[in-house]
Amino acid sequence: MYISEQNKRGWRLLGVPFIFAIFLLAVPIATMTALSFWTQDYLTLIKTITFENYKQAWFQPVFQTLFARSLLISITVTFFTILFAFPIAYYISFYGGKRKALWLFLITIPFWTSYLLRMFLWKVILGYNGVLNSFFEWLGVITEPLTFLLYNSNAVVLALVHGWAPFAILPIFVSLEKIDRSLLEASNDLGDNSFNQFFRIILPLSMPGVIGAVLIIFIPCIGDYITPKLVGGPEGLMIANMIQVQFSKANNAPLAAALSVTSLLIVGIIALAFVFLNRKYLKNY
Amino acid sequence: MIKKNSINKEKIVDLISIEKSFDQVKAVNNVCLGINEGEFFSLLGPSGCGKTTLLRIIAGFEKPENGDVFINGKNVNFVAPNNRPTNMVFQNYAIFPHLNVSENVGYGLRNTNFSKDQILKKIDGALELVGLKGYNKRASSALSGGQRQRVALARALILKPRVLLLDEPLSALDKNLREQMQFELRQLQKSVGITFILVTHDQTEALTMSDRVGVMFNGKVDQVATPEQIYNKPKTKMVAAFIGNMNFFETECKGENSKTITVFHKDLGNFKLFKNNIFGRKNPKLTVGIRPENLKINSKNLKRQSKSFTAKIVEKSFMGDTILFSINLSGNNNNTYISVSDIKNSPNPNIGDEILVTFEEEDVVAYYKE
Amino acid sequence: MKKSNKIFKSIVILFLTFLYAPALLLPIFSFNNSKVIAFPLTGFSTIWFEELFYENTLHNALLNSLVIAISSTILATILGTLVARASTRYIFYGKKISITFILVPLILPEIILGVCLLTVLIQLGLELNLWSVVLGHTLLITPFSTLIMVSAFNNLDISLEEASLDLGMSSLQTFRIIILPMVSPGLISSLLIGFVISLDEFIIAFFLTGVEPTLPVYIWSQFRFPAKLPSTMALGTILLIVSLILVSLFEYFRRKMELYNN
Repeated sequence: MYISEQNKRGWRLLGVPFIFAIFLLAVPIATMTALSFWTQDYLTLIKTITFENYKQAWFQPVFQTLFARSLLISITVTFFTILFAFPIAYYISFYGGKRKALWLFLITIPFWTSYLLRMFLWKVILGYNGVLNSFFEWLGVITEPLTFLLYNSNAVVLALVHGWAPFAILPIFVSLEKIDRSLLEASNDLGDNSFNQFFRIILPLSMPGVIGAVLIIFIPCIGDYITPKLVGGPEGLMIANMIQVQFSKANNAPLAAALSVTSLLIVGIIALAFVFLNRKYLKNY
Repeated sequence: MIKKNSINKEKIVDLISIEKSFDQVKAVNNVCLGINEGEFFSLLGPSGCGKTTLLRIIAGFEKPENGDVFINGKNVNFVAPNNRPTNMVFQNYAIFPHLNVSENVGYGLRNTNFSKDQILKKIDGALELVGLKGYNKRASSALSGGQRQRVALARALILKPRVLLLDEPLSALDKNLREQMQFELRQLQKSVGITFILVTHDQTEALTMSDRVGVMFNGKVDQVATPEQIYNKPKTKMVAAFIGNMNFFETECKGENSKTITVFHKDLGNFKLFKNNIFGRKNPKLTVGIRPENLKINSKNLKRQSKSFTAKIVEKSFMGDTILFSINLSGNNNNTYISVSDIKNSPNPNIGDEILVTFEEEDVVAYYKE
Repeated sequence: MKKSNKIFKSIVILFLTFLYAPALLLPIFSFNNSKVIAFPLTGFSTIWFEELFYENTLHNALLNSLVIAISSTILATILGTLVARASTRYIFYGKKISITFILVPLILPEIILGVCLLTVLIQLGLELNLWSVVLGHTLLITPFSTLIMVSAFNNLDISLEEASLDLGMSSLQTFRIIILPMVSPGLISSLLIGFVISLDEFIIAFFLTGVEPTLPVYIWSQFRFPAKLPSTMALGTILLIVSLILVSLFEYFRRKMELYNN
């Protein structure tokens, strides 16, 4: 009786949001998946099931390169962001004292500028006539503007690392905060110096935060459209740019759908892998 | 401040004029304390009295602002916790959540030069010592409170410290387990022969387990003595009030000779106090303390030194092994308690009854008013 | 020990400088009187802000963005509140999987959300307009609202509710008098954060908007014209200030929520 009452009340609340999610999430994903098995001849859809789009998406060198580059850029971005974020989170958590909240607030402030503008600013900074080049010329360090700054994968990585840093700092900070300080005293008491302590206690116990940060950064990065379009140049384009092109200019929605489904699969597999990893790390808690 | 140069060799821990404050509040105020090699020593006091801070100063987690800490004859003021011959059992046990039982117990051995086989052997030995044989691969999250405490003990003892520091190790356990662990800890201390320093706010724990007890209030050690001395001859009024129950009476000095002081109380009359039972700085006003069990009801075997007075019972509570009677005396805002333990062979008056209360002058302790 | 602490602090400050530097360029160059975004600075001017006053497309885009942000934030907060209440208060079949499903947009790249929604709208033959963007943004914001509201409801002691029912209030009265005021800091946080997300969102809007651009879509279109750069910087400065105010408010209400917790 009690359970069924709970059931009724629970679903009465959850019903509307759930139906909303079905119509705006499940149905669209299903439609897109269906579309990916069809073909398009200019503006008419041919609704016979074919694997042609996937054959292209998976085996044509252009798309392979784009997938590989997207993955590589995302991995690099994730790696550097965490490398960058960890010391900051560590500092705030262990040396922040009573001003931890203020520190965190200070870190998030620059990120409330529009994402679009932040990424665009990197174009302004790194460009041929940009801030950095003009600044260096003004200083007299260089005579010719540097051209290797903009329009390549490195520029994309730099902009993304900068853009996603706070999203890595926050979860790592939270997991560092959760570490019971008496564990650190205990490890000290049992003979650890600070170096040992970091690798034996702090790093393993902050893993849930690190894994969370990886997940939070990696997924949006792999599907990022704005950054490669603005600062990537032809050498730095990623899969999202291709999806957009196929959808609009190339007028090949089914191929765009196949590329999207493939990205979705990659993201899904990676997300599952991390959830599994996290569970393994969390097992002992 | 006097700096000591020669250190008593028998004292494994010697604290000299230790001072430590947090936010202008003196947590430890000029404490001098010596702890003997091989003894079970307890620091007892209410929460916030500075006992944990003192323990953490010995462990090296807190740096005193003043004073010197000697461990095993060496000044360790500038020695980090990881290099001190002390190990600690933390209040919440601080079991590493990402490591299993073996990894927790063997944690400190990784910082030594033992071979893998030796380490494994030592872990087995330590687990057996604390009664957790075969728990090696158990995840730390799967341990009960008592088991966590045993792991914490094994983890510290495996390093063979000169001093084991225990910070309220039993407070997280339920009553039955706590009593069992009190006994086991005592046995363990005897068998390993290591000096134990225990911090606790539980007087029963301190009195039953320790060779000596240090009672702390407001950052100062009021008395260091054996459990019997602490109970029978508490050196300050605060110790007397904190340990067990004590009836206090305000009295006035009426006369004095070489061994005794005669005092007067409105209800108790004139009685003598033995000078070795009086503490504090001389003052004509004295606070007298008599334990409830030292007050007898309608006793037949009156001695020459026995003093007696009459009173009316206002309350009576049955406590199981004892009965507690309350009487109301003038000049004492609180009730005076009389505890009767030999229920069967004692008179059992009821509320409202008039009784004769007797006490022995030698059982009375007294404190000069500040 | 102290020395390494100092080195550490200087590294952190260096990192912070790196984090701040780009955003600082916005106010610097929006008040610079040159048409070129480059050093050295040439002089102070407010001309780029004045220019924004005469941009009718900008005003329309801003209006569109506000309509979208307000509608989708309110919708998402209602949905998120329902999910959070169900999640924190009741046990029922399929709870975990259905709630996980509702949270999925958190881990989907926005481009995929955009493509999916666009596909289905085209297949249904529906016209793209502001409401398609509202739906997309509601889908995107609902998970954030849900998470914020879950923590708001978690802070709510169930015995308060039971006490109110025990004292004779109906469940509707209890909701109005007890629950709503207690979770209101969460509601306001959710509204603020949703508003900021929607106002800033580009990809979904880019795909789903028809002929009416939103603010980010308008900004994106301005990037093609170098002459528009300085006034875009000025617009960015204004946006930065607005979101700072919103975020400070968010922080204020978040703290308030934590106070209830203690």
